[in-house]
Amino acid sequence: MIAISVDSPADSENLRRSQGYTFPILSDAHEDVIRRWDLVHVHGRRDGADISRPAEFLIDSSGKVRWANLTEDFGVRARPKEALAAFDAMNKSSHSGE
Amino acid sequence: MKRSWNWAVWTGASLVFLGVVSYPLFFVRFPGLRDFPWANLPMIALGLVLLALGLVRAFRHPDLCRGKLFGSVLAVLALAFSGFFLYGIFIGARHVLPASHDAPRVGQTAPDFTLPDSQNHPVSLTGALNSPFTPESATGAEKGAAQAAGVVLIFYRGYW
Repeated sequence: MIAISVDSPADSENLRRSQGYTFPILSDAHEDVIRRWDLVHVHGRRDGADISRPAEFLIDSSGKVRWANLTEDFGVRARPKEALAAFDAMNKSSHSGE
Repeated sequence: MKRSWNWAVWTGASLVFLGVVSYPLFFVRFPGLRDFPWANLPMIALGLVLLALGLVRAFRHPDLCRGKLFGSVLAVLALAFSGFFLYGIFIGARHVLPASHDAPRVGQTAPDFTLPDSQNHPVSLTGALNSPFTPESATGAEKGAAQAAGVVLIFYRGYW
């Protein structure tokens, strides 16, 4: 699992420590990746800065997108169950016959 | 004859205020109650009803019950608060996100990238997809068999 936002590495490290996360949190300060993936939320932050809109993707080992969730409502986040179900479905198909 | 201070108006207004404020301060932590404000809408509705009842009493029996003035002021404030809350939850949060039509779709190849992690080490998507994932709890046999099965990528607004 990998998380990405415009936050600096220092801010992300603070988040990681305070929450005890073990997965990497990447810093896309100039929104290069966020823009390439068309996820920019212009002036999305209260101070007017551009940030990423919330989105989750499941990518298989060949680099293909298997599941994507772009919520309409930023109050509603993907439930872990949905991501896990997509992950299981992906693993089942890759273990049978590839 | 002593005129009552109209508890209904005060309780009603407090309930509306509490109903609105408790959402971001408390109920937002519970996903079921965050996605739809099940806890807050009843509080606000009840508050508004009490306010209305208190206000009606104040106007019908001003000799028994105070509140024509402060009741009206509180009612306006409560309505403003409720309106602001409803707008924020049902309209503001919905239409504010960009359409992201060009985001990678299911079936497409995800564009590769390399970004610094929180300790400034570069991490690439391809690297993450190719490196085996072994949870710290894996036994020796499991470690040998573990393969990268994919990456869940989470783009988020940021920690602020």
